Amino acid sequence: MMQNTSLRSATIAGFSILAGLLVVPFILDPYQTLLLTYGLVMAIAALGFNLLLGYTGLLSFGHSAYFGAGAYAVALSAKYLGVTSMEAFIAIGVLSTALIAAVFGAICVRHTKIFFAILAMALSQVIWTLAYKLYDITNGTDGLNIPFPTLLGGSMEFVGSGSYQRFVNAYYFYVIGFFIAALVVMWVIVNSPFGKVLQSIRDNDVRAEFIGMPVKLYRWFAFIISGSFTGLAGVLWIPLNRHVTPDVLHWPFSGEIVFMTVLGGFKSFIGPVVGALFFNYLKTYAIAWTEYWQMLLGIVLVVLVIALPTGIVGIISNLASRMRAGGKQ
Amino acid sequence: MALLETRQLVKSFGENRAVDGVNFTVNEGELLALIGSNGAGKTTLVNLISAFLHPDEGEILFKGDNINEWSPSRRIQAGIARSFQLVSLFDDLSARDNVALAIFRRDNKIGRVTSLAAADSAVSDEADDIMGRFGLVDKGDVRAGELAHGERKLLDVAVAFALSPDLLFLDEPTSGVNTRDKNQIMDTISNVVREGNMSAVIIEHDMDVVFTYSERIVAMHHGVILADGKPEDVRRNPDVIENMLGGVAPD
Repeated sequence: MMQNTSLRSATIAGFSILAGLLVVPFILDPYQTLLLTYGLVMAIAALGFNLLLGYTGLLSFGHSAYFGAGAYAVALSAKYLGVTSMEAFIAIGVLSTALIAAVFGAICVRHTKIFFAILAMALSQVIWTLAYKLYDITNGTDGLNIPFPTLLGGSMEFVGSGSYQRFVNAYYFYVIGFFIAALVVMWVIVNSPFGKVLQSIRDNDVRAEFIGMPVKLYRWFAFIISGSFTGLAGVLWIPLNRHVTPDVLHWPFSGEIVFMTVLGGFKSFIGPVVGALFFNYLKTYAIAWTEYWQMLLGIVLVVLVIALPTGIVGIISNLASRMRAGGKQ
Repeated sequence: MALLETRQLVKSFGENRAVDGVNFTVNEGELLALIGSNGAGKTTLVNLISAFLHPDEGEILFKGDNINEWSPSRRIQAGIARSFQLVSLFDDLSARDNVALAIFRRDNKIGRVTSLAAADSAVSDEADDIMGRFGLVDKGDVRAGELAHGERKLLDVAVAFALSPDLLFLDEPTSGVNTRDKNQIMDTISNVVREGNMSAVIIEHDMDVVFTYSERIVAMHHGVILADGKPEDVRRNPDVIENMLGGVAPD
């Protein structure tokens, strides 16, 4: 009964938020729409990342590799193959990322804890080095540009005057569609028998092995799914930025994905989404406010780890529990 | 034919031969106690049989097959399950999920990714039924990490039981539990094991528990088997009395 009530509350809250998201372009200025689109894209990245951290118990400091691989797959296929369709970009980007995640994951999941984290980071830097050094292919630090892609099988093109404004508005709804799909798919995954196995591995990998769970194989599956979600985010990100440089493959960007997930709370399903949206605004306005914005983010991170380890969603949940308990007394 | 048999099994840690040429058998349908003082080699023997450790020498036969090179997963699928000396659960998952995971594994459903675990009513009902048999009927939604110690002990055994093994090893299922709860736990375990038509090996220090519940006792000392027989025979064995019962035969 209690589960039904909370499911109903979550459904109502979900539809309310969706309704709010759908009216954003009509009530806010284009810059805010663009900012929110960035936030939703990063939410997909954090959602994927948290399948490893929150549900499998593996902290990756190398997820920039999958985000950047998705973005570079788009840029390279646009430059060398003349691809312009967003759906083709998504297919190419996600498949490329899944392949890289499968190879890197096979190496990383043989280890856990700090060894896993360091290996994941080291491998991500291989991709960063390739993007940085293979100037003839990737333009090195100059990066690659892409034109506005076509949407929905070529039915929406963005050329001529006002194309930027039209693209931002249309792309916002396009990203919302993928954001909702990613949310639903990930929710089903973590609540499926497969997802429960991952959580058992997170809690106690020895016991999981001794009830017959294929621990390393399932860690590898989780790695591939996680990398693919983050890769999808990279694919969706580049049409917003229209330019990609090796920065998105560099390890500090992996740190940002970790930061936003911890900020929202990695122990809840929705925490990374909230964290990504909040982090996106925090970073944007911190950069605009002070040249010492990295220090400001650092202070937030220190406070978060020491005082608020459950993140934003954890704090809200605790407050709601206390209010409910207070109401009953 | 014995359900399980070890032949000249050896496991050393440096100079210490923790298991030293052990020939150990478990027959179908029996509730056997494995006793011995700390360091006798009981847990090492179980670790070897369950693939937690690999033997230096000797053979392990289960249903006639040599399982020395089998992985833990393959041994579990063949019908060997175990609980741990220190309670070992999935603490952030509910008690029901702990048991359900073992059922999903047993039924080869762990790879399902497009359906919800909670929507599998056959698994949920069986998990609730198993918890009911272990006296945990109203604990299904409680996080395993929030259960009392005795309840956690029972849940630990329930998880192993849910795999429907032919042979169940229970490593000190009553350690750290008060006397009243000990009897309740052992009553529950012995009933469930007998109803489940399985064999069980209980590693236990409490001699009251051992002599009350087991049909056969194997006593180990310094890595070798000191005595093997019915409780009344082992109770009178002079080596057992001298080395394990402090020189005094129990009542």
